[in-house]
This record gives sequence, C-alpha cells and structure tokens, in this order.
Amino acid sequence: MNRAADFPILNREVHGRRLVYLDNGATTQKPLAVIEAEAGYYRESNANIHRGVHWLSQHSTDLYDRSRERVRSFLNARHVEEIVFTRGTTEAINLVAASWGRNTLKKGDEILLSGLEHHSNIVPWQMVAEQTGAVIRVIPVTDSGELDMQAYAGLLNEHTRFVGVCHVSNALGTVNPVADIVRMAHEVGAVVLVDGAQAVAHQVVDVQALGCDFYAFSGHKLYGPTGIGALYGRKALLDAMPPWQGGGDMIHTVSFERSTYAETPQKFEAGTPNIAGAVGLDAAIAYVQEVGLEGIAAHEHALVKYASESLAGIPGLRFIGQARERAGIVSFVVDGIHPHDLGTILDMEGVAIRAGHHCAMPLMTRFGLPGTARASFALYNKLEDVDTLVAGLHKARRLFGMEQSA
Amino acid sequence: MMGQFGDLRELYQEVIFDHNRRPRNFHALEEATHRADGHNPLCGDQLTVYARVTDNVVDEVSFIGHGCAISTASASLMTEAVKGMPVGEVENLFRDMHAMLTDSHPDRDLGKLEVLSGVREFPARVKCATLAWHTLHNAITQARETAKTE
Repeated sequence: MNRAADFPILNREVHGRRLVYLDNGATTQKPLAVIEAEAGYYRESNANIHRGVHWLSQHSTDLYDRSRERVRSFLNARHVEEIVFTRGTTEAINLVAASWGRNTLKKGDEILLSGLEHHSNIVPWQMVAEQTGAVIRVIPVTDSGELDMQAYAGLLNEHTRFVGVCHVSNALGTVNPVADIVRMAHEVGAVVLVDGAQAVAHQVVDVQALGCDFYAFSGHKLYGPTGIGALYGRKALLDAMPPWQGGGDMIHTVSFERSTYAETPQKFEAGTPNIAGAVGLDAAIAYVQEVGLEGIAAHEHALVKYASESLAGIPGLRFIGQARERAGIVSFVVDGIHPHDLGTILDMEGVAIRAGHHCAMPLMTRFGLPGTARASFALYNKLEDVDTLVAGLHKARRLFGMEQSA
Repeated sequence: MMGQFGDLRELYQEVIFDHNRRPRNFHALEEATHRADGHNPLCGDQLTVYARVTDNVVDEVSFIGHGCAISTASASLMTEAVKGMPVGEVENLFRDMHAMLTDSHPDRDLGKLEVLSGVREFPARVKCATLAWHTLHNAITQARETAKTE
C-alpha cells in the first residue's frame, strides 16, 4: 500500500527531518480529498441546514444527510435514524450517559466497565453513578493486556444494567471480543456501549453483527476532520431516550408553556451542527472505502508485526500488551529511559509518538507504570517508518549512555 | 559526540544524566516541617518535596517520586541548591529559575542550575523542569494543594 502521497502534511519536515507520524491513535492525518471537501463546502455550499426555503440551505441539508447515510452504511446500521452526529466519541458517550444513563439507572444498579477503557468511557459513568447511586464495577485485564472473560462472566448479574467496553484499546491495541461481550451482557438484560474510536480506521465494523446497543466513534481518528463523530444507537433505545441538550433544530414546536421534540436523531442534535465536519467525514469514509479497509487492516498488521520484531532487538525494551488480537498499536517501555524522554529524543528525529498514560490512567496503574511509549500506525505508514523509530530508540540509548556508538 | 546528538545535548547535559541516575537527597524526611506533593497529570510525573525549616532557613530538603530525566534531575539539583538557604532566598531563586526555564534569563548567573536552561527550547518539557520548584514553593509557603504544572 502506497498512499502517502494523498496526505499533504507528510511532505513537511520536523526539526529538519522527514516527518514520521506514528501518533495515529491520537489523531490521523487528512487526505487531500477530506481537506478539499471541507474547504469546498465553505466555498460552494455553505448555508444552515433545515431552513429549507432557499436552494442553498436545501443543498447544504442534502450534503449533511448524505453524510449520515454514509455513516449508516459504514457501520451497517439498519436505519439512518440510528446515526446521531456528535463532536466525537467523548460527546457520544456523554450523550448516552446523560440521556439513557441518568434516566434509567437507579441506586444499586451496576455499571460494568472494562479495565482497558479510555477516560472518556469512565468519567461520564462516574458522573452518572454519583447522580443515580449506581455502582461501577470493572472487568479486570490480564497480564497480556486482554480482558479476563471468565471474570467478566462472573461479574455479570441481574443488577448489571450497562456494559461499556472499547472495541480496540487505545493504549495497548487489544481487540476485544465485542460480539461475545454483547451476547453475554444481553443474557442478563444489560445494554452495551462500544467505544469504537480506535477501531473504525483499522477494521470493518458491522454493528448488527456485533449486536451492540450503542457504538461511538470520532471522525478525526478516521482521516476526517476534528469536531465531528457519530453515535449509533438502536432505534428503539434512541426513541425512548429524552433529549440531553435543548435548542434549535431538536424541537417540533415551542411555546413558553411547553415544547415538543423532534424525532430521532434530530432530537439529539440541538443547535447548528458541524455541517462542514459532516461533509469532511463523508469524504473521509468515502476515501477509506475506496482504499479498502481489508487492505488497510492487512497493511497495518504487517507494520505491527514488523515493529514488534524490530523493537524486540532493542535491549531493555519491554512490550506492554501482548494480546493475541491487536490492531495498529505497539506500546512499550525502555529500561532506564522515561517515555517522555523517549518522546523528546524521537521528536528530534522527526518521529512523532505518544508518550504518557494515553488517557487510560487506571490501565497504567494496573501495569504499575506511569506511562508507556506508543507507536500507532495508519494506512500511510511504511516499514521504513519503523526503521526510523528503531534507529531513534538506539540513539536514545546512546544519549543515555546505555549503548556505544556503532 | 556533540555532533551526533545536536540540539539534544542542550537539553540533556551530562550533569542531568548524572542527577537522573543518582538523584541527590532522594528520600523522605521524617523531621520535615514542610512538605508538598507535585503532580504533572500530562505525563504522570509525581513527587513529594520535604523541607525542614529552622530559624527561617531551609536546613534540610529532600524528595521522593518518579518522573522523566528532566524532572528528576531538576528536583535533585534543586535540593542541592537550596539546602542551607534562607526561605526568602529560596523564593527569589524559585522566581529566577522560573524565569530561566520559561521566559528570559535572569540577570544573575544561577551556577550549576544553568544546565537546565536548555529546557526553554523544548516547550513540551518546561513543565517537567518546573514541577519540583513549584512543589517546593508550595511546601514552604504552606500551600495545601498539590502543585500542578498542567
């Protein structure tokens, strides 16, 4: 796969070196098609949606609707009404927590979260737990960075009302057996939300096959713009949920005595949405579909395999997370060099990685680490990028006096 | 060696490696009269600074915790620098260090602490170097909250 030329930013230099961008778990770079789509929207199509008297507004509305349909087909949702646009994964989870959680959960109910979760799938539930008296329980993580499925089975009970789990761990790359997790949760009548932020750019996602009740993702980790993402929710659930933000666009009628709300999904989209973002997301998904997710997955799998083999040759390097199924991420520590120091030294080589706790502090605590260094891959990365990373790590060891010059 | 590492040598001077490998005054201080915790949530650096103040002089100072080479070395160098210093002078030094690490070089020479001046060229790392100093400042001014550099 050689699509780096589609991404203008990859031509730039950082500290006088070719940019080797290995921080795709944080955000991906954008292909020209996405940049042009967003700029083109403002150049040619900008108007507010659902204000349809004039042509331009109808045109803008059509583009926004087309994006929603694109997301529906991308996730293989049954109905287009099951797709709610949000600012991203975090807002999608907050929507579910505020609307479904706050109105459904009661004292003594149990919220089951996996130990691999990003803060965005922990904190909203803590807030709801405080408000409702529900209790949070945690699915433990094994030494290899996988969810302990036996422990999970043991934690499920008649009080479990909700299960929150990431599809792919942002810190370790672990791919969770989401279909099994959903099936087991449904056996006790729990609702399941899947955080798909780290999954959608790396593998085909089919919400009907997974069986989940909610699925959230961000456009910016999928080669799309920042500030746009989506929540998939089963229609029956979304229909029964109250709005969480009030304003324009989410109402049917308003008087000072009483307002009636629009249908799903509009009732969850108060205010003028990120229309340009939706247009950019449409272009991003179209781009990914054109390149082909199967090919992207195979390419990234090869990169992770090559990185695992190459990094294993660095003395004192230890991988964190050795799950059997991983997607796009290699997380590691190097004896005697703090991840932040690695990050700075690699940066001077033009290599961008993430160093730190990856917004998953409970998981770092589980492994007894303040943080890790994380290389995360995208479709435009090359084997050569891994070589540059490895050379940078040797340089760090030389700088720290752990290795002699070759 | 200089050429091989270029600008990185400005940040990672030998003194910094030395203090990172063998941090000075790296222990808890039972007889401390002042202590404070410092935390940089961005990178997870965490330390506790202890000081014993007698007759308005910091006559003992130490720290424990974990962090990157810059934050560990900065804390270690700090304990060496302020031991035996009147509280008022420590506060002056805190201000001058803060200026040197973030903004512009102070009028006076800061001696051995000058090895940290390279941090200024690495904005993402400034907070690593200032953490220990903020924490000591909190400890001796008796601020109760955890010092944060984020």
